[in-house]
Amino acid sequence: MATESKSPEKYYIPDQSRVPIIFAVAALFAGFGAASAVQGNGTTILYMGLVAVIATMAYWWYLVTKESQAGLDTPQLNNSYVYGMAWFIFSEVMFFFAFFGALFYIRTIAIPWLGGEGPTAKGLAGELLWPEFEATWPPMITPEESLLGENAITKGPDESMYLKSFSSVLTWLPLWNTIVLLSSSGTVHFAHVALKQNNRKRFNFWLAITVFLAFVFVILQALEYYEAYAHLGLTLNSGVYGTTFFMLTGFHGMHVLIGGIFLLTQLVRSSGFKHFSEKEHFGFEAASWYWHFVDVVWVCLFLFVYIL
Amino acid sequence: MSAVVEHHDHDHGPKKGLTRWLFTTNHKDIGTLYLWFSFLMFLTGGAMAMGIRAELFEPGLQLLDPIKYNQLVTMHGLIMIFGGVMPAFVGLANWLIPMQIGAPDMALPRMNNLSFWLLPSAFTILLSTAFMEGGMPGFGWTFYAPLSTNYPNIAYFVFAIHIMGISSIMGSINVIVTIMNMRAPGITLMKMPLFVWSWLITAYLLIAVMPVLAGAVTMLLMDAYFGTSFFDAAGGGDPVLFQHIFWFFGHPEVYIMILPAFGITSHIISTFSRKPLFGHASMVYAMVSIAVLSFVVWAHHMFTVGMPLVAELFFMWATMLIAIPTGVKVFNWVATIFKGSITYETPMLFAIAFVVLFTIGGFSGLMLAITPADFQYHDTYFVVAHFHYVLVPGAVFSIMAAVYYWLPKWTGNMYDETMGKLHFWLSFIGVNVTFFPQHFVGLAGMPRRYADYALQFAEWNAISSIGAFLFGASQLLFLYIVVKSVFAGKKATAQVWDGARGLEWTVASPAPYHTFEIPPKITKSTKV
Repeated sequence: MATESKSPEKYYIPDQSRVPIIFAVAALFAGFGAASAVQGNGTTILYMGLVAVIATMAYWWYLVTKESQAGLDTPQLNNSYVYGMAWFIFSEVMFFFAFFGALFYIRTIAIPWLGGEGPTAKGLAGELLWPEFEATWPPMITPEESLLGENAITKGPDESMYLKSFSSVLTWLPLWNTIVLLSSSGTVHFAHVALKQNNRKRFNFWLAITVFLAFVFVILQALEYYEAYAHLGLTLNSGVYGTTFFMLTGFHGMHVLIGGIFLLTQLVRSSGFKHFSEKEHFGFEAASWYWHFVDVVWVCLFLFVYIL
Repeated sequence: MSAVVEHHDHDHGPKKGLTRWLFTTNHKDIGTLYLWFSFLMFLTGGAMAMGIRAELFEPGLQLLDPIKYNQLVTMHGLIMIFGGVMPAFVGLANWLIPMQIGAPDMALPRMNNLSFWLLPSAFTILLSTAFMEGGMPGFGWTFYAPLSTNYPNIAYFVFAIHIMGISSIMGSINVIVTIMNMRAPGITLMKMPLFVWSWLITAYLLIAVMPVLAGAVTMLLMDAYFGTSFFDAAGGGDPVLFQHIFWFFGHPEVYIMILPAFGITSHIISTFSRKPLFGHASMVYAMVSIAVLSFVVWAHHMFTVGMPLVAELFFMWATMLIAIPTGVKVFNWVATIFKGSITYETPMLFAIAFVVLFTIGGFSGLMLAITPADFQYHDTYFVVAHFHYVLVPGAVFSIMAAVYYWLPKWTGNMYDETMGKLHFWLSFIGVNVTFFPQHFVGLAGMPRRYADYALQFAEWNAISSIGAFLFGASQLLFLYIVVKSVFAGKKATAQVWDGARGLEWTVASPAPYHTFEIPPKITKSTKV
């Protein structure tokens, strides 16, 4: 019966659905609740909203998967998903672009100007406002600290996450994280190759390794954050270095977590429900694209946040 | 499995009652929702504008205190941009793109419904601040740090913007996927109607810059509530960084609000001149150039903030370059009109007014682009006059032109031509009386975003307020005309306008609930 409704000419337009508007109401609760929580007005609405958002999203994807298994995806509909995913990843790229842009601006313009260089009146900000501030990257002493010392509210970190803060390269977690994430990009590719050769067992194996590496990365990053807070005096509030470090790596870490769950879902679909064939497996392909994207962001992070 | 399949194939008319609108996956229903929502927001933001102009009717403080005034100005801007103009264009995209490219619907219909319904959620959050201690955002729609990071209730503003952004990104993905994947065979890219082209480019801009806006508000939230230092010089950050990130979003955003208007105007001018558009391909290239340039001109909003001379010069020249593709477009519209057999129905009146008045707004933009001159104009009413000229008789007139032009196709009834013309003339006079004097007070030095002003600006401000009340009141006429045409009026033919070209005019009026379930045959002689 699945094939009855499938005609090659006809694009599948889903019937009315309650899911989108439920999602919109859930988003209303999540957004309003998040704002209330941030402003200290309680977290109940936020949690209600988040549970509703996650549940609706899960149900929506379940529905799409079910439709796809019922054979409703024409090649043209599948194409829509391919384009849609590609443009979604582009939007994610632009989100990170904003934060990298902020980092580059701070490093090449804001800090030197605070240190006494200037566009027109040379040294104005430095001489008048922060005469003692020295422009270095990372700034271990914030401009405010250079003026007020111990009384400053925003103080720099004790140590940075750059390699020079570590006695041995072996204890430098970012390197291990890089190795883990780069290997996972390889393993997800092996999984893809196995799938295209219709070798489900090998596919599941490599995909499982990838998921495992994803969660290893998240755990290592949690360890790294613990190190930063407990031993390096590096926190979200350690001036602009702490700010950019945690915001960039934090958003990346969140995306790794999302990507890991995305891949795990595909693993469950393949091993538990025997979804995917050597020709049709866009759910997995989308997850692997997303994974490669997360990987590329990490390479940029590793270069610009940890090394250069 | 059967539950999924059962429902979808034997169900051709719209559902009855409220659930039709709540659960719909039909591009026409969703387009209608978008358009009505945007009109509601247009009236809300318009009411705020009336409040602003009432306060400015004479010098001194009459109706509002300065904080309330700034809150009204801020919300007026946010509502008109994110609630008025953008959703109106998305509504038009929903109605028209599938019909113009011969597609059965948008590519991702359920996501389409979600894109719409997120908007009421977002504006509920934004407007809920009106009932809170501390009130609505009052830092201007540009929410510059550090004013915004020290303002009450900004978390609500931030999450409202996030939800609007998600809605825009999903809507744009849908538009791009529809255009790339759903065109009837034979509609090549260069054969595509210009409204579709304009939306393809707009959607690309939206996907590129809405995430940057999300980044900006996220940084704001972190600075305000979590002690980060993005925009705080004491921690090594820089408030100017905020302006760079904001305007990297903000300038392409300006073109997001005008490119679809270019598409609409091209269709209408060609129809009522009864000539094919002059320079179809060059129109496409011009829009692409404008879109590309929009990414490298953002700092012309910040000439007075203290940038190196090289940067000021670069952004000045880059900005002036935009006049070239824009000039190409205006030239092509005029050349289309030239020697046409022209009739002046309401859409044509709005379209011609668009070309003239948008060009005036463009010229004042060129004046503002000149760095040394901008030091004088910056943050004066000259800027207010400039962007209202491109947004009101620009974007908003084009939306009204589009509504009059396609309304017979949507409702099956002709609107009342006499009333339409009356609406046009009242709007045209109102808009010019409102905004033209603002050039004068601006050049004379009246700063924007103040509830009060010096005595010498009194006359022109009074005139401007009278114009605004006229313009505001005449929009109720627009509401009346549209509602009337939904329920009654002369029956429209399928062709509606004798000079109209395009696939949407090949289907009946009103357009059937589902069009082009099987792609139409496109031959060499098909006019698309």
